[in-house]
Amino acid sequence: MDQLLSLSLIILGLPLLSFVIIIFNQKRLQQKAHLIGIPILGIALALAIYICYSKLSGIPATINWSTKWISFGNVPGVGEWNLMTGIMIDNLTAIMLVVVTLISFLVHLFSSKYMEGDIRYARYFAYLGIFTFSMLGIVIGNNLFALYIFWELVGFSSYALISHWYEKPGPQLASKKAFIVNRVGDVGMWTGLMLVFGTFHTFNFTDIFAAIQHGLPQSFSLLGMSPEATLTAAGVLIFCGAVGKSAQFPLHVWLPDAMEGPTPVSALIHAATMVAAGVYLVCRIFPMLTGDAMLVIAMVGGFTSFLAATIALTANDIKKVLAYSTVSQLGYMIMALGVGAFSAGFFHLTTHAMFKACLFLGSGSVIHAMHHSLHHLHDHHTDPQDMRNMGGLLKKMPITGYTFIIATLAISGIPLMSGFMSKDEILAGATAYSSLQGGIASVLPWIGFGVAMMTAFYMWRQVFMTFFGKPKKPEIYEHIHESPKAMIIPLVILAGLSFWIWYGANPIDPAGGWFMKNWAKTPAQIVPVATAAHFGESHKVETEAPKVEANGAVETHAAEPMEHQEILEHKTHEVAGTGMLISIFMAITGIALAWFLYMKNTALPDKIAKTFAPLYRLSVNKWYIDEFYEFAFVGSFMLFARMCAWFDTNIIDGIVNTVGKSTVVVSKIGGWFDKYIVDGIVNLTAGITQIIGMGFRSVQTGKIQTYLAWTLAGVVIVFAIIAWKL
Amino acid sequence: MLGFPILSILTLLPIAGMIITAFVPKTNVKMIRGITVGVTALQVIFAIVLWANFNGSMAGINDPKGFQFVEKHEWIRISGLGVFGNVAIDYFMGIDGLSVLMVLLTALISFVGAIASFSIEKQHKGYFLMYLLLVTGMMGVFCALDFFLFYVFWELMLLPMYFLIGIWGGPRREYAAIKFFIYTLFGSVFMLLVMIGLYFTTQVQIGGVSWHTFSILDMMNPANHVTGSIFATIGNTWRYVGYLGLFLGFAIKIPMFPFHTWLPDAHVEAPTAISVILAGVLLKMGTYGILRICYGIFPEIAVATSQYMVIFGVINIVYGAFCAMAQKDLKKLIAYSSISHMGYVMLGMAALNSQGMMGAIFQMFNHGTITAMLFLSVGVLYDRAHTRGLNEFGGLANKMPKYFALVVICYFASLGLPGMSGFISEAFVFLGAFQTFQFWTIVSTLGIILTAAYMLWALQRMFLGTLPERWNNLTDINGRELVALVPLAAIVIFLGIYPAPIINLMSTSVNQLVTFVNAAGPKVMQAASIVR
Repeated sequence: MDQLLSLSLIILGLPLLSFVIIIFNQKRLQQKAHLIGIPILGIALALAIYICYSKLSGIPATINWSTKWISFGNVPGVGEWNLMTGIMIDNLTAIMLVVVTLISFLVHLFSSKYMEGDIRYARYFAYLGIFTFSMLGIVIGNNLFALYIFWELVGFSSYALISHWYEKPGPQLASKKAFIVNRVGDVGMWTGLMLVFGTFHTFNFTDIFAAIQHGLPQSFSLLGMSPEATLTAAGVLIFCGAVGKSAQFPLHVWLPDAMEGPTPVSALIHAATMVAAGVYLVCRIFPMLTGDAMLVIAMVGGFTSFLAATIALTANDIKKVLAYSTVSQLGYMIMALGVGAFSAGFFHLTTHAMFKACLFLGSGSVIHAMHHSLHHLHDHHTDPQDMRNMGGLLKKMPITGYTFIIATLAISGIPLMSGFMSKDEILAGATAYSSLQGGIASVLPWIGFGVAMMTAFYMWRQVFMTFFGKPKKPEIYEHIHESPKAMIIPLVILAGLSFWIWYGANPIDPAGGWFMKNWAKTPAQIVPVATAAHFGESHKVETEAPKVEANGAVETHAAEPMEHQEILEHKTHEVAGTGMLISIFMAITGIALAWFLYMKNTALPDKIAKTFAPLYRLSVNKWYIDEFYEFAFVGSFMLFARMCAWFDTNIIDGIVNTVGKSTVVVSKIGGWFDKYIVDGIVNLTAGITQIIGMGFRSVQTGKIQTYLAWTLAGVVIVFAIIAWKL
Repeated sequence: MLGFPILSILTLLPIAGMIITAFVPKTNVKMIRGITVGVTALQVIFAIVLWANFNGSMAGINDPKGFQFVEKHEWIRISGLGVFGNVAIDYFMGIDGLSVLMVLLTALISFVGAIASFSIEKQHKGYFLMYLLLVTGMMGVFCALDFFLFYVFWELMLLPMYFLIGIWGGPRREYAAIKFFIYTLFGSVFMLLVMIGLYFTTQVQIGGVSWHTFSILDMMNPANHVTGSIFATIGNTWRYVGYLGLFLGFAIKIPMFPFHTWLPDAHVEAPTAISVILAGVLLKMGTYGILRICYGIFPEIAVATSQYMVIFGVINIVYGAFCAMAQKDLKKLIAYSSISHMGYVMLGMAALNSQGMMGAIFQMFNHGTITAMLFLSVGVLYDRAHTRGLNEFGGLANKMPKYFALVVICYFASLGLPGMSGFISEAFVFLGAFQTFQFWTIVSTLGIILTAAYMLWALQRMFLGTLPERWNNLTDINGRELVALVPLAAIVIFLGIYPAPIINLMSTSVNQLVTFVNAAGPKVMQAASIVR
């Protein structure tokens, strides 16, 4: 176990090492930076596989290690209070380690050719390194604070990589948008963290869960809410972080724009790993989610998957289709966790990482070929990413084409593929949940199956537009070539990982496969019974009103560990067969529809667009959400900022200056008064004295006899006065 | 304990430097610069010695025995001065966990500022004399434990600052300098009045005779208060007046809304090094003064008024950020970001608990290093381009790659990216404040988003995109500028990853202060209600 801990630390350190080496040797390395990055990631991958294997095969318990990071000392009213940090390796971590290092390694390999000749080649690889480091940090941390730190660092690396081609305005705006939108989610998450830390004095997952299980104190309250409601709020607030990072409605707007980054980055960050971090976060806090919080999560996920799928239907940019498809699939995963289908959600995260990375890298291969062809033609105006310029590429790029098709089969949910297994379990879970929960949750299966059909449709629309049919621009088509080996190999590996066999023996029994059955087991919920999901009247669990004990703690009974899960799992099993048939039917319908519209009757899509013009415009304009945000937030915030600045210079500083000026005026009045009145009086006095003095001067003659005479006169006068008085 | 008076050395070294400088002919610019850099470098060395010998387990705050490196000498003793009684003023220096970080910060920023002062182009001798005097004043404020001495240093620093802005500043330097001077002086008047009131209130027995003292520690102990005097302990409305008078003096320095408008003007006009000092050290005097003096002497009023202080903190954070967003001048943007970031300090102090206060003090330190970097980076550009207009640049990333790398570090540090020290302190402030004021803390988190927005927008406008042709001959950052910036960047990153060395310096003292304030507060209030 100690060995696994130290190995996991080494895995974490390796990509950081790659970053440090490359960033300080950019000039020296130039176009050779991949020679540092690829081997380092290779070692990390090998170690990750070793850890994953050891953990899954031999160590059922969670490996947990903590160390003191910061000490608050002897805090009044609390006592010794330390901020701990550390590593936790459970099955989730072990699998994520492999997923992250594998995709990162393949993306490194792919990028070595895709980015060839780029002016910031070395910097690009350095940032891939720091991204991988941060992502691994999210995965192995055993507490929310460490997770939050790496969470933000991932945001930073994403910013740096989206803005890779920062000379163009697109990447500049997209990177800024990504960072700020993510921050909005992070603020919610941070508020949730503050709430938890303020009461439980720890960020450690296990300790938080233990404390909640022990009973919620009355002091656990957000703005005066009851402890139970606060627990729901805490769950939803932390989930806000996932809404940002996993691009869920209403914060999904950054992800499609993030496609401005290099395509391998989109594969690594914006499809397979970073955006999955939100899903991972929800997995981590799963035990503390109340029934209400889970309903919120399920609805957000469900709505997002629907919203994004409708937008993907009409997108023409090869990467935009994949971007919206990613948002939609992430919505699926979030919905799965919300409905309590934990294993299915995490399963889909893993399978999606493989086939979506394959799709993105495949699109990268296509764009690369298009780019070279356009370059050859000296054409700098045609968009190399627009599918309307492609067609029939399968013949020119067979390996890219076939791997793309395999991955598309997986995402559409065709049997024998990994995506079929995981998606099917999500749909079964959603169906079971909605029938148990009722109410608003009833829409979830409809959304789920509807999205399944839309997914199959828009993905096959993409395949048909790109790889089949007649080339739309023959001159471009002429110069298309298959990509080099370094780009093809990752595609083949990822396509291979899109088959069912890696996740379970029986392709139509995912729940019985080793991934779901043994690897990603649903953790027990530890929320108070009263707040857990109730699943309608028939399954209502007896609950007592919480008793307040003398010490102020609300006595709560932890939910009977498997009570709800058992009901849910039972129901899921019940509906799985039917669900599977429906989902296959949906997938095939979607594919058939795509074939009919884009192969058979190619004039029809335009007609449909004209017939349903308002709906079409809604989809093409992404439901006008960006426009709304631009108006409601960006515009109003900027206006308010300008108002503040105006207020500051004109009102506050105006008052200051007025006070200053009036002081000057007052002092001038004082000066005038001083000069003409006060000084006037002084001068007047002086003048009078002078006049008197002048009068007296005439008396001053200098002759002693005159003085004598005056003195005599004086004496006479004095005597006269005295005599008079007497 | 060291065998030599290290605090006096730290404080008076610059004076020695001034004396030497006075004998150097004013044409020998190299020598004059060299002396200042040498003196401040020596200060850094002494500060490191101080740090190494500082005992983090001693609390200080209100306990004279808990202070370290104490120097106490009789300074002024006048007995039988009529109504003034027996006057006892001491040269009383000493530090605890509250001040040690500020001393380290002052030494560091003074050194960095000295290097940044190389770009001064006129009247070098006068400039560096003033600069050294300023350093003495700052260092003294953080070391003094006698209110009179504190006040002397406080005013001492005002004078060179006035001239440094007024003579070596930008086009509107005179307006900015006078505004700064008058504003601070305005606050000082109240401080002086309260100080005199406290003098009459505090009386201790020395050798069987009653003396009125200015010792802050004596003032903190209600047992020393003369019955019936103006600020005597028991439920006295005058104590509110006293607290607010001091608070106003310090609040102007922070600067707290609505007394903040001197700051953008002073920053925009001041030369780079002086902006660095202003933002890096001077602003902290305000918050330090509140912690040391307002909280120390009037703890119950601090408890009673913290709910209002937090509102001002939040206004600083959010309003400052909004103002920053609308700026077109980079230096002004950073000045407003300073106002916003100092709001976090107020928020943390108002929390009156350990995380909040540790966060606040750590934020004071981090704001010092990060904002110093920001102003240095502005200076680098301004020296080359002679403009700071945000919209006049673009694409500097390719033209000045090394500079860009450092700018990225300081901009992201400023917006609180984890892995940088600013994140830790902001996080602690929030964690602390949330336990006391949930609603206001949630409002203030808006600042996190706004800061990211204006910082990234500034970064985008200046560094990304393509370079306008007029800037084709800009050169990348040079060695001297790197010497100033790189150590700060290293500190910012190191403390972001491992803040324990700094937290350990102050945790004992902060916990003591929290205990002291929270215990004294209710007790005194209770006594007051009984009397009424």
